[in-house]
Formats: sequence, structure tokens, C-alpha cells
Amino acid sequence: MIDLLVIPLIKIVIVLTGVLVTVMYLVLLERKVQAWVQVRLGPMRVGPHGVLQPIADVLKLFIKEDITPVRADKYVFTLAPIIVLVPAIIAFAVIPFGDTVSIFGKPIPLRIADLNVGLLYVVAVASIGIYGIILAGWSSNSKYPLLGGLRASAQMISYEVAVTLTFVTVILASGSLSMVDIVAAQKANGVWFAFVQPVALFIYAVGALAETNRSPFDLPEAEQELVAGFHTEYSGMRFALFFLAEYANMIVVSAIATTLFFGGWLRPFPNVAFLGVLDLVPTWIWFVVKTFLILYVFLWIRATLPRYRYDQLMRLGWKFLIPLAIANILVTAAVKVALSY
Amino acid sequence: MEPDVARPMFDTDELVINMGPQHPATHGVLRVVLKLDGERVVDADVVIGYLHRGVEKLSENRDWTQIVLLTDRLDYVASAAANLAYVETVEKLMSLEVPRRARYIRTILAELQRLASHLVWLGSHAMDIGAVTVFLYCLRERELILDLFEEYCGARLTYNSMRIGGLPQDLPPNWDKKVLQFCAIQMEKLVEYETLLTRNRIWLGRTQNIGVITAADAIAVGLCGPPLRGSGVARDVRKDEPYAAYAEMEFDVPVGANGDTYDRYLVRLEEMRQSVRIIRQALGGLPEGPVMGKVPRLIKPPAGETYHANESPKGEIGYFIASDGKSTSPYRLRVRPPSFCNLQALPRLVRGHMVADVIALIGTIDIVLGEVDR
Repeated sequence: MIDLLVIPLIKIVIVLTGVLVTVMYLVLLERKVQAWVQVRLGPMRVGPHGVLQPIADVLKLFIKEDITPVRADKYVFTLAPIIVLVPAIIAFAVIPFGDTVSIFGKPIPLRIADLNVGLLYVVAVASIGIYGIILAGWSSNSKYPLLGGLRASAQMISYEVAVTLTFVTVILASGSLSMVDIVAAQKANGVWFAFVQPVALFIYAVGALAETNRSPFDLPEAEQELVAGFHTEYSGMRFALFFLAEYANMIVVSAIATTLFFGGWLRPFPNVAFLGVLDLVPTWIWFVVKTFLILYVFLWIRATLPRYRYDQLMRLGWKFLIPLAIANILVTAAVKVALSY
Repeated sequence: MEPDVARPMFDTDELVINMGPQHPATHGVLRVVLKLDGERVVDADVVIGYLHRGVEKLSENRDWTQIVLLTDRLDYVASAAANLAYVETVEKLMSLEVPRRARYIRTILAELQRLASHLVWLGSHAMDIGAVTVFLYCLRERELILDLFEEYCGARLTYNSMRIGGLPQDLPPNWDKKVLQFCAIQMEKLVEYETLLTRNRIWLGRTQNIGVITAADAIAVGLCGPPLRGSGVARDVRKDEPYAAYAEMEFDVPVGANGDTYDRYLVRLEEMRQSVRIIRQALGGLPEGPVMGKVPRLIKPPAGETYHANESPKGEIGYFIASDGKSTSPYRLRVRPPSFCNLQALPRLVRGHMVADVIALIGTIDIVLGEVDR
């Protein structure tokens, strides 16, 4: 009973709280990191060094007037941001945050669920989020959000294909769809998949940026664009949900990158006994550190690169990344077959 | 019988989009009405006048000296250039001799101004295309220039830094050392901007072959300044009709090859290096002497009219002044603003490109609405 209900519930609450707090503070981190790259300080007033800024932002969005366009489809209008946010959060259900720990004598694995098709679940769930964007654009009943929504979702779908193809190579390398097994395979090999599958990592990195509509692929939501983006008509709490969803997606994508390519919760050099002292650090801390480093790279890229035009973006996805991903699969498969002889 | 006219399978309408006067990326209150066919621009109609303040009419009721303040506010990003062009026009009308030291200092101020204006251009152009950090790096260097100007004439933006016949004051002590220090910093930082942009594949993709205008077309449309030079026409008022101390300065005029946005970018970057070169030469050879020539207490140019042009950072800025010889104001003052003339090329540049390029093209022409609307 306890195993079936209480412990998972506690884990869910912890993960949910953790994710939501991290999303809020990721917003602040983005502003700070961008600011420091740009020779300025970022938020400094609310709380020491701006630490309470996310709370101020959330409060502001709560108390803003809730405007629904008169001719918008009320129910879909409200549902759309939910459809975008929820998949981003439930993707955390299969991500292993750490090794099995012992609490009060009970062995508790630091993950919510170990699906034997974990990676497939992640792909499926991520695809649902795209519906929310299309619905947001359509339900706003205005031509610019509609066009913006169509473009954003077309971009996301295109790069979804490339990213899923890279997952195939990771599955080939690890032999399993389960996220837990993928981490275990990296431990058995002693080498992170980032070094075994560098091309897949590259494609995944580019695809992840495009899927989360992050720079340099953020044309659908750039202010300089005339087509102002699918969330033009949204204000207040609904807009906050879109905003949170974007950052939650960033965290999901980084967490998946950590698990698939950077050893998940494994410490660096997991099989080298000499560095055993690193085992003193709890495994979930390794996971968090790696995820944050990847998130930092996201923010760094946003501060540095100019933005792709929409057609260049689509061309990159379809004419370069997908063929490259397919070629990568063929090469990986061939190598695997050759090595098995 | 009417011949069977082939009709396309899908009938498409043109979409008309308004890039309003309030827009984060139009560098001021500019309105562009775009006709789109899907994603491509078929035509663009530029609507200006939102910043019209009647500078030319106002100047008919101002003293010759007071008008310098009005010229500040034309191209407010490069006010020393507009100041200089105006005072030189009046000096031409009055046949005044400007002391050599004043001419050298005017050259230094004008080149510092060119650097400041190009820094703003580079920052906002890069920011429009998405490279937001370049904007802050450029403004960081521009702050140094504004500090130098503040030390010289007390203002950071609208300088009122030239007088008819010379300059209002001589250089403050150690100002020249600070300028040289700044020049060293600027040359270093130019490398930084280039590292971020010049060979960046995304930047190249967004600027190469965008807004191509041939030399013949550029001349036909009346372009001037860096857009003209980007198309390969080596016209620079500083070389062709030297003013201030430019006849004594050694510098190159960068010229582009293809006439696209990338070339205009490279031309302006090289102009910044040449500006530093000119400043260093001018400071090295700064003559002693007065900074104000022999100017009558009451400035009353003789009856007549004249036109005189300078090379402002945006292009050729010219003033046509008609004086009736009797009053203390001009009879007619007409500004030939480079931004206004260059903006006329926008519809031609934009045709056939995508919506996302429109912003890049407005940036590449480098306009300031204060100048366009006066």
C-alpha cells in the first residue's frame, strides 16, 4: 500500500515542486546570465541581487487582468496553455534523478517510474505539447497568432523528427528504451554516450534548441517579427503558463540530454576506483549539476547567436539534420553489426 | 471567343500588413505598409512624417547661431555632423576663414561622431537580426565617446558643438590623451564585434544577398553614404569635396562589391577603422592657434544662396541656405537629409524578400527618423 501509493505520491510532489521552482528560477537565471554576458547586472532590486524577482513576476501575472478576445473560443483558449504545459511536466515521470537510496531502511530509487519504454513515452508526450500551440493560435481568432502558431508548430514538428532519429541511435547503443537502462549502459561502458555518439549529440542539441523555440530558432516568437507569435492574445495567468511551459520544456530537454548523453546521475568516471571519493556526492546532485550546465549552454547560445530566418531554419532541419541523422543510424547499425562478429 | 486563360490552381490574395509607427525595430516612428504574397514582399509603401517638427520653418525665425541647436536634433545620433555641415554652409556664404586648429578639432569631433553613429547602427542592426549582445558591447564603447563629448561641450547627445567661424571652446586639458586611449580600446573591440558576426554562418545567411542593389540602380535612386559605397561606387564627400581638415588627412574609402547587406556591414566596419586612423592623424598633427575665426558680432551673411555638403555617418548631408542679406535669420534653409534620400530605396530593396528581411533592410540603410522627417 505504502509502496504503491504513498511513496510515488511523495516523489511526485517533490518532483513537481522542484520542477516548478526550477522553472521560476530558470527565468531569473536567464536574465542574469544574459545580463552578465552583456556587461550589465540584470535584476538587482527585488531581494538581494534580484533573487526574489521570480516571485514578483508570478505575482504580477496573477493580478493582471484576464483578457479573452471576444470572438475567441473560450474553452480552447483556456485549454491551450494547459495542453502545452502539462506534457512538459509529465515527461519528468521517467527521468532517473539518481541511484537507489535507502531511506528508513527502504530502498527507494530516485525516479518516479521505470517504464521499459521510457524513451518512447518521452517522445509521445513531447509531441502532445505541439497541439497546444496550434490550438492557441487558432483559438485566438486572429490572423497573426494563427500564422505564428502554424509556423511555431511546423518548426517543432520538423525538428521532432530529427531528434527522434537521434534517439534511435542511443537505443542502438544502449540496447534498451528504458531511461534507467540507458544510464546503466553508460555505467557498464564506462563512457558517456556523448563520446560514443557525438553526431547524435550534435543533432539533438540543434533539435532541442529548435523544439523549445530557443535562439537561434526563436523567430516565431521574436518581437522583431511582424507575425507576433501564437501567444499574442494571451495575458495574465494564461500567458504565464506559456512562459512556464517554454522553460519547463527547456529543462525537460536538458534532463533528457543529461540522461541520454552525459551519464544521467553517474559521477564522472564511474568505473575508476581511484576517484571513489566522488561517490560521497549524492547522485542526484550530479544529475542536477549536469542539467544546469546544459541549461547554461542554452542561455549562452541565446546571448551569442543571431537568429535564423524561418525558411533557413526549415531548410536546416529537413535538408541537413534529418539526412545526417539517418546516415548516423546507418553507420551506428553497421558498426554494431560489425562489432558483434 | 476568348482564349482560355490559364488560372492557377489556388487563387491567392495579397496580404497587406502594417508595420506601425510603433514597432520595436523600425528605429523610430516609421511606418511601412507591406504587401505580401505569402511570405514574400511584393511591395512596400513607406509612410513618414511622424516626427516632423518643422525644423526648416523654425529656422526662418531663428538667429543663425540659434539654428545650430535645431540641427542637433535632426540626426540626433550624429549631431556633430549636422552641426558641422550647417556652420560650414554659413561660413561658405559669408566667405569666412576658419582657423586651422578649429578645422582639425572639427575633423576629430566629426570622426568621433561617425564612430558613435556606426556603433549605434551596428548594435541595433545586430539586435534586429537576433544577436542581442552586440548591441550592448557597441553601446559600451559609445559611452566612452559620449563621455569625451561631454567633457568637451557638456552634452551627451545634442552637442551644439560648432559655431559659425570655429568652435565654442578649445579642448579641455588631457582630452587628446583620453581620445587616444579610447582609439586603442575601440580598435580592440572592433575585433570583438567581428568575431561575433563577420564569419558567423547565421549572420552570413541573414545578410548575404539580401537587399542587393547594383551601382547603377544605387545612383539612379539617389543613394548616398555607406549604402552607395556598399554597391561599389567610390563616392565620399570627404574625398571628393574635402571640408574641414580632410584634405590633409590620409584615409581610405571602403567600397563593397555586391551591394548586399553584408557588404554594407563590412563597409561601415572598415569606415570605423578609418575614422580611428583619421583621429590619430589629426591629434598627431594638431596645430596651435585660436579656435574661433574673425567673425562679426552680429552674424549677417550677405544676400545670396549656397549649398554645401558633408559626409555624415549616414551619407551626404547638405544644407541649402538662402539669405536676403538683411535679417538675422535665413530666408530659406533646406536640409538634404541622407536618411530621407536613402529611405527612398527601401521599396526597391525589399521587393522579393521575405518579411523577416524587411527589418534587416531597414537597419542596413541606417536611418534616423529625426533626419527623415525634420
